[in-house]
Amino acid sequence: METLELVCPAGTPAALRVAVTAGADAVYVGFRDETNARNFPGLNFSPEELAEAIDFAHERGVKVYLAVNTYAKAGNNEPWIKAIDNADRLKVDAIILADIGLLDYAANKYPDLRLHLSVQASASNPTSINFYVREFGVRRVVLPRVLSVSEIKEINGQIDAGSEVFAFGGMCPMAEGRCSLSSYLTGQSPNMNGVCSPASHVTYEQLGTGLASKLAGLTINNFEEHEQVGYPTLCKGRFMANGKTGYLFEEPTSLNISTILPELIDAGVTAFKIEGRQRSKAYIGQVVKSFRLAVDKAKENEKIEINMDHLSEGGGNTTGAFKKSWM
Amino acid sequence: MNSTQAKLSLGPLLFNWDVDKIRDFYFKIADEAPVDHVYVGEVVCSKRGYGNDYIPDVIERLERAGKKVIISGLALIMDDKDKRFMESHNAMSPDYMIEANDLSAINFLRGKDHAIGPFVNIYNEATLRYFEKGGAKRVSLNHELPCSSLKALADAATAELEVQVFGRLPLAISARCYHARAHNLNKGGCQYVCDRDADGLTVDTLDGVPFLVINGLQTMSYTYCNLMKELPEMLGMGINNFRLSPHDVDMVKVTQLYRDCLDGKIESDEASQSLEDEVFAAEFSNGFYHGEPGMEQVEL
Repeated sequence: METLELVCPAGTPAALRVAVTAGADAVYVGFRDETNARNFPGLNFSPEELAEAIDFAHERGVKVYLAVNTYAKAGNNEPWIKAIDNADRLKVDAIILADIGLLDYAANKYPDLRLHLSVQASASNPTSINFYVREFGVRRVVLPRVLSVSEIKEINGQIDAGSEVFAFGGMCPMAEGRCSLSSYLTGQSPNMNGVCSPASHVTYEQLGTGLASKLAGLTINNFEEHEQVGYPTLCKGRFMANGKTGYLFEEPTSLNISTILPELIDAGVTAFKIEGRQRSKAYIGQVVKSFRLAVDKAKENEKIEINMDHLSEGGGNTTGAFKKSWM
Repeated sequence: MNSTQAKLSLGPLLFNWDVDKIRDFYFKIADEAPVDHVYVGEVVCSKRGYGNDYIPDVIERLERAGKKVIISGLALIMDDKDKRFMESHNAMSPDYMIEANDLSAINFLRGKDHAIGPFVNIYNEATLRYFEKGGAKRVSLNHELPCSSLKALADAATAELEVQVFGRLPLAISARCYHARAHNLNKGGCQYVCDRDADGLTVDTLDGVPFLVINGLQTMSYTYCNLMKELPEMLGMGINNFRLSPHDVDMVKVTQLYRDCLDGKIESDEASQSLEDEVFAAEFSNGFYHGEPGMEQVEL
């Protein structure tokens, strides 16, 4: 039985040190290229930086997971192969993959390298998950954000791997790894480029007393003076359909499951993941510290609500698909 | 262009039409449409799939007309209801080829001849090879792939590769039903409101630009993909199967135009113009193929 883990994001070496110090059991990182799903300017690690970060984390008993969770390009899979080779050489504690071709490569070439299945693989049922376990020896699956607590419990009873769920941060309303909304509008997608609604395509425009946020020239939201201005993530904008204007897909809210941690532990979840490798050190420090406390309390079956509205996108929180009413 | 090898297929109907309308649609396709393969089955939502007893009739009619029928499976499998629905599809193997749209279906089909649909992520040669080794004989590729990827995959493929060349693109799928949400309902009590929009419910941006359509759990492109002019290049790569996704338009005419184009009876410019003049005035796009934003129409 695995011990319960708090898995925290580290977009930079400095953020990694903050997360490790604030109480993470494990941190997850990516290389500075298109091989991971947070391929943002100024983020991520070179192999040298990762080697140092691993030393820092291991000296403090914290694990380091490497996300190589985009899909390798046809005709040029070299950056992805190199990332896996480096992961083995640098002795990361696990590598987080989504692409079947890469899972096949890693499982055959590095049988001792621990494999986690990325949420980008969208494995949403026991049969799919056990397929990855049997075929590639996957040891943990990051569950898609489309499942309710009772579904998660059922899945955990039927799989031969640990499960990790998202606990806090940005939340996709779509099945991850199966969404090309971003590339439909901007030409860049999570699967191929490691970005969604990229900053390079974002503009803001003054509209009287309000502000319009745009992506590739299309308005994703309009904010009145009193409203908190949010980033124009495509699926969290206001649109018009059926004669109504509103948040058709999802509101600009953040996932926060602090209130249901004990239920999820009871459902057999083995790791809680905080989203946000693109976030500041201050944010990482606060969220990790708060969740450390919440997870420790939840282990003793105590529930505490962490109010982090000031850290949430748009100031709101949701438990998303974990509760059926969301669907 | 003249390629007798080139085959047209009619993709699975993605919308929630009335059963009688579906039956009539497929009967007409059977009798009149020059397509070689027809994919049948509910891909989007298992709630729609129950009670749809039209499938045996439709299959029989299509086969009598010489079409090869492939059964398309569900794209997102979350609960027992979805699983049972998927198993009802799988039970039709080996009598029919099954198109898996989720890894759990592939798990069942490994070792048997099967098809893989566009909802399974195959972005590179290694992944393609893995599935081919497991028995995949037909692979319908993800709409997001640019022509450079299509070419690299075609160079490596032993399976028949297929590319969607007509119709709205299935951009995303969710556990949440957006059709229900747009009607202030939730998925549990959806009242099947997705049946009100035969080609999807249009979503406009706040600027009033038609941008997407919603189709139950699915979010699709507002534009209709049209790769008529790209057909010769794909044939040159060795891609010989072209998928037309059904819409509430004269699909017989649409399939005829693509067939004539493949057979060199008319030029692609002329066929494209006929599509707009004689079938419907839609906004077309080919951006993904050219490595541009998917909604764009790159002029050739």
